Amino acid sequence: MLLNIKNIDVAYDDYQVIWNVSLNVKEGEIVALLGPNGSGKSTILNSISGLIKIKSGEINFNKIQINKYETYQRVGVGISHVLERRRVFPYLTVLQNLLLGAYHEKAKTEREKSLQNIYNFFPKLKDRSNQIANTMSGGEQQMLAIGRGLMGMPKLLMVDEPFLGLAPLVIEDLKLIFKKIAERGISILFVEQNVRLALSMAHRGYVLESGRLVIDGVSNDLINSKELKRVFLGS
Amino acid sequence: MTSQVIIQAIISGILMGLIYALIAAGLSLIFGLMEIVNFAHGDHLMLSMFSTFWFWMLFGIDPIFSIPLTIILMAFLGVFTHYFIIRKILNSTMLIQICATFGLAVTIRALAQFFFTPDFRTIKNPIIQGKFEVYGVFIGYPQLFASFVCLFAFILLYLFVTKTETGTALQATSQDRQAAEILGIPSNKMFALGWAIGLSCVAVAGSMLSNYYYVFPDVGVNFSLFAFVAVALGGFGSINGSLIAGVIIGIVESVGGLLIDPSYKLLYVFAVYLLVVILRPQGIFGRY
Ligand SMILES: Nc1ncnc2c1ncn2[C@@H]1O[C@H](COP(=O)(O)OP(=O)(O)OP(=O)(O)O)[C@@H](O)[C@H]1O
Ligand SMILES: [Mg+2]
Repeated sequence: MLLNIKNIDVAYDDYQVIWNVSLNVKEGEIVALLGPNGSGKSTILNSISGLIKIKSGEINFNKIQINKYETYQRVGVGISHVLERRRVFPYLTVLQNLLLGAYHEKAKTEREKSLQNIYNFFPKLKDRSNQIANTMSGGEQQMLAIGRGLMGMPKLLMVDEPFLGLAPLVIEDLKLIFKKIAERGISILFVEQNVRLALSMAHRGYVLESGRLVIDGVSNDLINSKELKRVFLGS
Repeated sequence: MTSQVIIQAIISGILMGLIYALIAAGLSLIFGLMEIVNFAHGDHLMLSMFSTFWFWMLFGIDPIFSIPLTIILMAFLGVFTHYFIIRKILNSTMLIQICATFGLAVTIRALAQFFFTPDFRTIKNPIIQGKFEVYGVFIGYPQLFASFVCLFAFILLYLFVTKTETGTALQATSQDRQAAEILGIPSNKMFALGWAIGLSCVAVAGSMLSNYYYVFPDVGVNFSLFAFVAVALGGFGSINGSLIAGVIIGIVESVGGLLIDPSYKLLYVFAVYLLVVILRPQGIFGRY
């Protein structure tokens, strides 16, 4: 088990938003985290990368308990987080953004190799390597954000709403790329609102409702589940 | 009025402006990094000048040799300031942040009054003194030297921030703290580094100023006002902006003083500030 989350509670100050959530991700697995707006999907990713500290429970990664680690230490154990709404460094170039992805020691030694890999996945980033990030299109920035995450040589790549605002053709490309990434043994945990899209790519999925897990299972089972329809259509 | 007099004013203005630029760069760097305005910046400048003065007074070390010592002292003070004060107010409201650095300013100045007395001090017979004349324009060696050193420090700062890996990480932290943190960039260390660099800037400027300027506890007040105007004019957080803005302010101060009346120098600088606020509130290179 690569990522193993046990019974976590998360609160913003006194306002609890995650209740007793347990979740796990195996090596090479693609897992979708589903749920309506405000159900707590981003909050869960943020607690895994440490941007928010959990109130109780445990987060284990590669058999190490990491919930006490500072955010900046977590990339070193193998977790890359591609934040919601891309969050590339707007005034740095594409190349500078990518190189910062390999800031931590382990990734730094393999920097050139990782860069070539990422250029293979996203040739556009190579052509635009000297462009200032905030002058790139939304879709290009998404590629950059994912590329920057991969530069950290993660064992787990977490992506928050990777497909938001992308054209259908680009979505298909990106899905293929995610599959290739997973074939290399990198696990992917991603958040998505579009259930059909998410489950067409994921091996498994978890469904959140108001901060609680309501169902989980392999994609083929989930897609036909009544419970899933109730959560998303309210019927 | 001859053209020589005007050229004289412009040259003096540029020389002074380069010093303002370095002071402003330090202020702007700190602001850009953590959106905190260091209201004690002028008082840090004053401390640098006193540091230079005491190195000369107590140990006979000339200002041009005590620069590295003053830089080290101020850099440590910067790190110390971050860990003991700034770190605790990073997530506080703006009012609390203002009170914290403003309170720091008042404290530093009061301590300086107490320990150093309000006397005006000068460094007598520094290695660099005197002046020379070209085409009827007089240029003081200490002024010329000071602006060269400040310009040099400025270029080093620029190269550090834009060309080195740590500098890029510093920029990344200033552009998106969380995004930087998840890549393994510890923002707390970056902030401490920012304070060390910011105060090193005033250390260089202060060392060089004390070659020819009076050293006294209130000396930082006007400099910090000009630095604030330079930061606003250049654009908050923009280091390039502070260079241009510093020089503009130096020239406005000096030429305005010549053409109208030197006792209203501050007024001209603030007139420029008002113009900026009205016409281009984000400053020349600003993003905020
Ligand atoms: N910084 C914050 N402070 C206080 N409450 C927050 C904060 N961030 C999120 N919340 C609250 O936590 C809950 C979960 O938010 P979260 O962003 O995790 O949802 P989400 O499932 O990612 O939603 P979306 O699909 O809209 O991105 C929401 O009720 C939200 O209002
Ligand atoms: Mg979200």
